[in-house]
Amino acid sequence: MILQWVIEPFTLGFMRRALAGCLALSLAGPPLGVVLVLRRMSLTSDVLQHGILPGVALGALAGGLSLWAMGLGGVLAGLAVALLAGWLARASGGREDSQLAGVYLVALALGVTIVSATRGVDLAHLLFGSVMAVDDSALLLMAAAASAALLGLAVIWRPLVLESFDPGFLRALGGHGGAWHLAFMALVVLCVVGGFAALGTLMSVGLMMLPAVAARHFAADLSGQVRAAVALALLASVAGLLVSYHADLPAGPAIVLSAGVLWTAGLLAGPRESLRARMWRPHLRG
Amino acid sequence: MVTPPPVVLHDLTCVHERRPAVHHLSGRFAPGSLTAVVGPNGAGKTTLLRALAGLHPAHDGNIDRGGLAPDRIALLPQAGSLDRGFPVCCRDVVALGAWARMGAFRRLPADAAARTDAALHDVGLDGFGRRLIGSLSAGQFQRVLFARLAVQDAPVLLLDEPFNAVDARTAGDLMALIRRWHDQGRTVIAVLHDLDLVAREFPETLLLVRHPVAWGPTAIALSAANRQRARLAAEAWSEAALPCQDAA
Repeated sequence: MILQWVIEPFTLGFMRRALAGCLALSLAGPPLGVVLVLRRMSLTSDVLQHGILPGVALGALAGGLSLWAMGLGGVLAGLAVALLAGWLARASGGREDSQLAGVYLVALALGVTIVSATRGVDLAHLLFGSVMAVDDSALLLMAAAASAALLGLAVIWRPLVLESFDPGFLRALGGHGGAWHLAFMALVVLCVVGGFAALGTLMSVGLMMLPAVAARHFAADLSGQVRAAVALALLASVAGLLVSYHADLPAGPAIVLSAGVLWTAGLLAGPRESLRARMWRPHLRG
Repeated sequence: MVTPPPVVLHDLTCVHERRPAVHHLSGRFAPGSLTAVVGPNGAGKTTLLRALAGLHPAHDGNIDRGGLAPDRIALLPQAGSLDRGFPVCCRDVVALGAWARMGAFRRLPADAAARTDAALHDVGLDGFGRRLIGSLSAGQFQRVLFARLAVQDAPVLLLDEPFNAVDARTAGDLMALIRRWHDQGRTVIAVLHDLDLVAREFPETLLLVRHPVAWGPTAIALSAANRQRARLAAEAWSEAALPCQDAA
């Protein structure tokens, strides 16, 4: 009976496509999210997902709501935001987080202005996405972006982790820390853009960040946290799609809310660093 | 390990926001020498080490490293500068010492695993390989950094306050390691605050208060007169400082 509740919706084509797209995001996004959390850049994903709006809007105008046009516009805008903020930080001696905040606010306002002024594009659709309307072309975009991001991350993983842990060590050996950082930002942009078709620019990083934030309640070491984050994202995708199907709620927010429920569960009762762990465990023998 | 070349400084000046941290420093670290760098806080000692490691640019003057590649000069940073909460295990941190030979993409060299285990053994951390660094005490983490330095197998070693916040037993063990590196013919330069330790163990001393007060055999460099001069120089600070006209 329960099994039927779980299996039956996925016999429908659009549900299968939505699930496939979310699975792709769940594999690529969380590892990037874990690194963002480690580098104390958790809000950068938020900045980027808002910053891609002008690019997505311009792509929609130029390419007539073609997903690939919007995706390309989004990637270019995201890279521009990341590079601009990085350059500003180095040039003015300021911190990157404040430069990012400044750039993204301008970009977001620009994006909203473009969309409102032209009246040809549905702002809500861009902001919130529509995971149930994922057609084959959107699925291809999501899968392509996610695969590229995952492959890229696998390639740069070792120097990236080193640069996150001990950038001075890498510099002293003649390594180009700045290059790895930029490559990483490019991968994050790719994943954010990959998610926007399904989840919109408002929440496309929901599957990237929430599982990553929750991961430390489930594992202590880096690879364990990555595995935990991916598992949580997969679970949230399935749960969110099911809830939205049966309760007739918008799917994107349902998925992100499911991820939020899993995070809360981890906070309260997870194996590590949770409320339960602090309150109800006797100290060990040694 | 090859015999290190001498490291020669020609009128070196390093600045922070135009204020000199190292001011007109000239001299030579002989091959295989064991030198302590001492001075009050803010004397430019860390800046000097970072400049030698290539992390801080020379504003004026230059450093002649005798053609040594950047990865052949190994720096042990101050303990507080690393994130102890990072979820990596001791073994991974120590194995990083082999980075220079494997770079970003190649596999760990075959002997690196053996060298990593040997280094952990040398610093007294057998069996600590799988422990996360967050579970270590300050002294244990310092041993891990020493082990990483050992794996780097560099001819020139720079140690920035290696015995800060470690207990006497750890300091003794690590000093034995430094003595062994010196016996192997490596050039070792260490920033230290414990002048008794310096007088006991370090043949050469550079007394630095931004500019060099003394550089030579420890007994002479750490004379009472020199230490008095250093104390006076440390307090000198001018709000309205003018561009510097001197040369060494």
